[in-house]
Amino acid sequence: MAVCIAVIAKENYPLYIRSTPTENELKFHYMVHTSLDVVDEKISAMGKALVDQRELYLGLLYPTEDYKVYGYVTNSKVKFVMVVDSSNTALRDNEIRSMFRKLHNSYTDVMCNPFYNPGDRIQAFDNMVTSMMIQVC
Amino acid sequence: MEGLTLSDAEQKYYSDLFSYCDIESTKKVVVNGRVLELFRAAQLPNDVVLQIMELCGATRLGYFGRSQFYIALKLVAVAQSGFPLRVESINTVKDLPLPRFVASKNEQESRHAASYSSDSENQGSYSGVIPPPPGRGQVKKGSVSHDTVQPRTSADAQEPASPVVSPQQSPPTSPHTWRKHSRHPSGGNSERPLAGPGPFWSPFGEAQSGSSAGDAVWSGHSPPPPQENWVSFADTPPTSTLLTMHPASVQDQTTVRTVASATTAIEIRRQSSSYDDPWKITDEQRQYYVNQFKTIQPDLNGFIPGSAAKEFFTKSKLPILELSHIWELSDFDKDGALTLDEFCAAFHLVVARKNGYDLPEKLPESLMPKLIDLEDSADVGDQPGEVGYSGSPAEAPPSKSPSMPSLNQTWPELNQSSEQWETFSERSSSSQTLTQFDSNIAPADPDTAIVHPVPIRMTPSKIHMQEMELKRTGSDHTNPTSPLLVKPSDLLEENKINSSVKFASGNTVDGYSSSDSFTSDPEQIGSNVTRQRSHSGTSPDNTAPPPPPPRPQPSHSRSSSLDMNRTFTVTTGQQQAGVVAHPPAVPPRPQPSQAPGPAVHRPVDADGLITHTSTSPQQIPEQPNFADFSQFEVFAASNVNDEQDDEAEKHPEVLPAEKASDPASSLRVAKTDSKTEEKTAASAPANVSKGTTPLAPPPKPVRRRLKSEDELRPEVDEHTQKTGVLAAVLASQPSIPRSVGKDKKAIQASIRRNKETNTVLARLNSELQQQLKDVLEERISLEVQLEQLRPFSHL
Repeated sequence: MAVCIAVIAKENYPLYIRSTPTENELKFHYMVHTSLDVVDEKISAMGKALVDQRELYLGLLYPTEDYKVYGYVTNSKVKFVMVVDSSNTALRDNEIRSMFRKLHNSYTDVMCNPFYNPGDRIQAFDNMVTSMMIQVC
Repeated sequence: MEGLTLSDAEQKYYSDLFSYCDIESTKKVVVNGRVLELFRAAQLPNDVVLQIMELCGATRLGYFGRSQFYIALKLVAVAQSGFPLRVESINTVKDLPLPRFVASKNEQESRHAASYSSDSENQGSYSGVIPPPPGRGQVKKGSVSHDTVQPRTSADAQEPASPVVSPQQSPPTSPHTWRKHSRHPSGGNSERPLAGPGPFWSPFGEAQSGSSAGDAVWSGHSPPPPQENWVSFADTPPTSTLLTMHPASVQDQTTVRTVASATTAIEIRRQSSSYDDPWKITDEQRQYYVNQFKTIQPDLNGFIPGSAAKEFFTKSKLPILELSHIWELSDFDKDGALTLDEFCAAFHLVVARKNGYDLPEKLPESLMPKLIDLEDSADVGDQPGEVGYSGSPAEAPPSKSPSMPSLNQTWPELNQSSEQWETFSERSSSSQTLTQFDSNIAPADPDTAIVHPVPIRMTPSKIHMQEMELKRTGSDHTNPTSPLLVKPSDLLEENKINSSVKFASGNTVDGYSSSDSFTSDPEQIGSNVTRQRSHSGTSPDNTAPPPPPPRPQPSHSRSSSLDMNRTFTVTTGQQQAGVVAHPPAVPPRPQPSQAPGPAVHRPVDADGLITHTSTSPQQIPEQPNFADFSQFEVFAASNVNDEQDDEAEKHPEVLPAEKASDPASSLRVAKTDSKTEEKTAASAPANVSKGTTPLAPPPKPVRRRLKSEDELRPEVDEHTQKTGVLAAVLASQPSIPRSVGKDKKAIQASIRRNKETNTVLARLNSELQQQLKDVLEERISLEVQLEQLRPFSHL
């Protein structure tokens, strides 16, 4: 179950971040922030090859005792970070991938909105993210 | 605050409004939001509203108590009547009509008004009429307005009266309404449940000249470019101009009001179900939206790009966040562009928002773009929410109705009413987009190879030969090839299989002429029969079979091969009907057609020696290179064979000849990297044939020579033999005569020979492949040994 979903812009500031348990939200924010380093590391490691060949799904960024953090980066260096509960062992990698795919699709939908200025906070994710957080539960 | 005396009607009305605004049921304090909505619906200028609020004391108190609310309502009535706002005016103004609040629910209003008017003692009915739903109080307002309209009949001075009535009827001009919000009849209020007002309005409008004035004003605004409309969104000045018009129209309108009210009742009943949906777009509104759409995008079936839409809607001065939300709701297919339906939905939402309606969370069904292709009908009012409902993508439908905002809660069910099913009035823009998308994909050119999945013939075959012939012969249609040109066209048009005869004749024409003509034969055929070529891959009627590869010296003692040799040698420079037209460069086709590939006969190809055709193109352009070809006896045969194989595989797309040749050649080159230079050499001729690049051949021989000498020593002899055969075949090509349609028998004979040659060459090919493998294995083993030895040497 995704307890926290964050969309980070290219310049590494958050465009959207949302956690389910509203308490300890700061902890999740911090986790996401620290995971950015791992994301950058993965990107640069693959960066030797062409960007096209780089896979968007980064996989498990790092696990903690309670949570696992997964990453996904788009070709425009927009990062999606998802924190899931470790206790949910039923979550398979494919499911995480599909969740990221949905996130990516929603993000492109937001981008398609001419009223959205790239770099603004995203307001339109809530429905989808809520469904994801609940569904994955 | 001085005491407020209210008449009974006023008392009732005010209490109803209060209870309407009192959503928290406090009975004491009215929610500010609702009150503001109410006041906005009163179509008063903002400063007037502020003044009212200040006067009634709400500003001071910070909330609307009952008394404040009543005072405010009274002041609204005063303001709407045109009297200056003063505290004392509350009680001084006599016979003040009830404040009018133009509601979007015109039907409800009209219904209420009708009920109100019909029942002089309507107080009770009024209360009963208070529409539960959206709590927009529109109904109340509507009813109130109608109610006020009635008493106003005699009050000419009450300008608002007529405006009130007519506005409700003039739906589409929601921006206008907004503009004229102080008095103008523009039916801004009526944006939503305008089905009722719609019909109401039309008779109303017809009945009065005043309405025409209103129309004039109104229409004056509709054509203006969008920016004007949008600008007027926040402008109150225009209202003043409108106001001046009112007096003229008022009288007329007032006279008609009674008539209108009567008709309203009828209309209401008729529209009873439709006005339940606040999101419905009436015809006038729809028309207005369509006009606006046209100003941006003249093509009604086209799209408005996101940027243009952004500019347009930004003029409405709504906050970007709301515009963004509106966009999300209305861009149904998420393509970043608005179709007509989407645009109307977006416009409608903007208008709604402008008039104070909250944006729904999900797109209301009535606003959903129809996904079914339907003819545009005049009846837009009954937009098939059902259509959208049923046809909308999975995400849209049922979830939307339950999730509709509170305003629409009571209507989702109503939306499903039967009469919505009837009117699939408009083409679904989404479906339009979908279909357009498909149609875009569909090749416009019926001749596209997509039509037939059959791969194009693998080998360059006749088509290339024809093309080359075409190039050669050019405009010389008197050429013997011309008949061939004609024939290929015939072939093209007919079923390939059926055209075998013609093809054969054509082939013969091509094949038997000089090598040039031979090569051009496939060109012609190929160029004409581009499509057929694709089919020809499997059909026998294909371009001239590639000239049979020069037979290597018989490693196989087939009579056919012998024949070929004889044939080739004999026919050198001579015309021989049925003789191999072109050396079967490679058994192009994987087809195990055993006939030797005297590609002389296109008919041979037609019989299945497509492989030959593949080679023929190669060879035909190579005609000049035949000399080169023959030079490399060692490799020619093998190369040709391999090449034919390669070409068989790689020529499906060669029809475009030049282009294909290069990649094909490159492919071949790549492929041959692992193989002997035979392949490369083979590819070289392929290149030559394809691209007709004279440069290709020269390198090939060079390559071949070098490589063969270096590596294929053991195979040289065999290759020599084969090459000799091939060379002979090739050499004989130029001499192949062209007999148009002449010797059918000879053709058939040549077909047989070609088939035999084909089989021989296939066998040869397999043998060479085997040799190649062996050689490679040896090489690998040697290299391994070398590696093993090397460390020692370095040590």
